[in-house]
Amino acid sequence: MFNAITQSQIYVLDQDDALDFYVGKLGLEVAADVPLGFMRWLTVSVPGEPGRQILLEKPGAPAMSEETAQQVRELVTKGAMGGWLIFTTDDCRKTYETLLARGVEFTEGPTERPYGIDCGLRDPFGNRIRFTQPLG
Amino acid sequence: MSRAAEESNRRLLRARDAMDRAYAQPLDVPALARIAHVSEAHFTRTFRAAFGETPHRYLQRRRVERAMFLLRETRRPVTDICFEVGFGSLGTFSRTFRDIVGHSPREYRKLAPPTTHVPNCFAMAWTRPSSQSSPSSFGEVSGDARS
Repeated sequence: MFNAITQSQIYVLDQDDALDFYVGKLGLEVAADVPLGFMRWLTVSVPGEPGRQILLEKPGAPAMSEETAQQVRELVTKGAMGGWLIFTTDDCRKTYETLLARGVEFTEGPTERPYGIDCGLRDPFGNRIRFTQPLG
Repeated sequence: MSRAAEESNRRLLRARDAMDRAYAQPLDVPALARIAHVSEAHFTRTFRAAFGETPHRYLQRRRVERAMFLLRETRRPVTDICFEVGFGSLGTFSRTFRDIVGHSPREYRKLAPPTTHVPNCFAMAWTRPSSQSSPSSFGEVSGDARS
């Protein structure tokens, strides 16, 4: 049966802006950036973890109708699309300060939870992201 | 949908996030309107158009969600919880809580389901009571919803 999750997907409204954010600010690295003609296959991963990639997909035709793509874009910008990413970190507060200095938009600062310390942010498009420093 | 409408949604989402953080404070429409880049006069209408409810109702549900968490997870008096989540009087709190949840705060405390800890974004979104007045609207997951 299965032994890993290798690819996940999140909708972004502009792939260049997504690269600026996910790579330039969050510090992920490009795993693949391939112009396929019909789409740009753009994936990122945590440095040193190429086995788990996130596809930064731009909604649009012909994968879906323009009308549906507009609905997806609307849901993303309302924070209702359901794209979620949760990362782990060794030091939540330090990572928070680093990303805050880079202009990342946080929804919650570092907070102690039963499962560790974590905080929340949004990407430029409205998707939610969290990162957690798990309990030692 | 135009790019301008997407940008408007995104700014309104930013304002709603600010409401989530400052839920215990009075609704600061001028500040929220600035975040959303709309006039004060248009804020409520544009918020409702985007999210399906007024900012006031959203804030009520956010406060009630917090109160539900504190009722479940602590033994603090209902009056303390009422003021902590931003209500100005116990009467308003009790009336709003019953209207949204379908039970009084004390009844809810007795009936509340056991806690399961999930990441806070999920807990906050999924334990927020329904926007519809309901005879009982707290059957969803419970969680650690501090913020």
